[in-house]
Amino acid sequence: MVESNLKAESKNLNFYYGSVYALKNVNLQIAEKKVTALIGPSGCGKTTYLRCFNRMHDLYPHNKYEGEIILHPDNINIISPEIDPIEVRMRISMVFQKPNPFPKSIYENVAYGLRVRGVSKKQVLDEKVEKSLKGAALWDEVKDRLDMLAFDLSGGQQQRLCIARALATDPEMLLFDEPTSALDPIATSKIEELIIELKNTLTILIVTHNMQQAARISNFTAFMMLGELIEFDKTDKIFTTPSEKLTEDYITGRFG
Amino acid sequence: MIFDEELSQLKEKILRMGAMVENAVRDSIRSLVERDSELAKRVIEKDHQINALDVEIDEDSIRLIALRQPKASDLRFITTAMKITTDMERMGDLAENICDRALELNQEPILKPYIDIPKMCRIAQGMIRDALDAFVTRDKKLAMDVIMRDDEVDDLKHAVLNELLFFMIQDPTTASRAMKISFVAQYLERIADHATNIAEMVVYLVEGRIIRHLALPER
Repeated sequence: MVESNLKAESKNLNFYYGSVYALKNVNLQIAEKKVTALIGPSGCGKTTYLRCFNRMHDLYPHNKYEGEIILHPDNINIISPEIDPIEVRMRISMVFQKPNPFPKSIYENVAYGLRVRGVSKKQVLDEKVEKSLKGAALWDEVKDRLDMLAFDLSGGQQQRLCIARALATDPEMLLFDEPTSALDPIATSKIEELIIELKNTLTILIVTHNMQQAARISNFTAFMMLGELIEFDKTDKIFTTPSEKLTEDYITGRFG
Repeated sequence: MIFDEELSQLKEKILRMGAMVENAVRDSIRSLVERDSELAKRVIEKDHQINALDVEIDEDSIRLIALRQPKASDLRFITTAMKITTDMERMGDLAENICDRALELNQEPILKPYIDIPKMCRIAQGMIRDALDAFVTRDKKLAMDVIMRDDEVDDLKHAVLNELLFFMIQDPTTASRAMKISFVAQYLERIADHATNIAEMVVYLVEGRIIRHLALPER
């Protein structure tokens, strides 16, 4: 199915929120430097699946992983308790549904992750901030006002700032959880263009409720329902001739 | 769902157009065989109705694509509808061409009784009807059957052309009429080809595979 190199794959991944069985034996391959979209009705487990990739679930007790998420090329199981979640989050960054900049300046928002990791040299920080803001297609709009409070940016700019913040640690993979659902169509299309641009350098996994968005930007699409992976294929196949009746019914709006 | 309602309206229009085309083909041949020039004129006059439906179905399809963003089988249905109407519209034009020849031939003495041409017409009509039935019921088997029948029409056309060639060699004064009749055979053969195109699109509708340019074993 995935003909290009693999960046990651989940093998028999199960996940429990306490007694709630939320992910059921999910086996999925994530192609390197491609966009993989996760779609499915609310509660299907797509966000739960996404969050496994940067160990977000570790923040709450009683959550339990089973199975593996292998990160290539070093073949480590990133959900293994021996692996430090901080390490995972450096390599796999996340961008959320609503822009959530810190109550700091534009500059400090991007520099934050680096400062936390002990980078303090101004020159290094300056370079990283510029590179990340350029990577997030925000540099030209903010380069003259880096000291401005991040909250004074528009929603779409704030979201690109969050992407810049995620890029600052040079991650290998970016996770997006409905990154445009709070944005207008113009800001949405900027983020979408950015995602397509970013896949030249890193691997992207995105959860979206907007199927047109999945169709526009992803190379592969996974359809999930009730915690199970129903179908996974190239995006154009899923949207023209899905193999599974459940996928067909969902994407044509017959249920869900 | 409103969208389902809209899709069934589209389907209904395609069937209406299909019935009009099938009638036009039947009547065009009847106007020739029964030397009924009035009928030929009526068929020619009615062609604009087929053209109007062609435009209407295209507009409906474009609107549905823009407003409903159809996917999977809905998307295949609408794209198929757009292609099918093009074939049907061409069949309507060919029926009109047959009527033009009938009007000319009906002015001249009969060259010979028409035997194979009505036979071709019956097969072609059946192909149109079954191709559209297959479209509506998403019946791949019936579509494949339509595709197979195209050969019968081709064979009959060759028989007709050979026979007419014989007439022309025997008596060159028959050439004008023989040529016009051979045009009619060509038009019928083209009509059967368009019905075959529709049947091939039905396979796409059902399976998502485009079989148009594939050899038989790969279909």
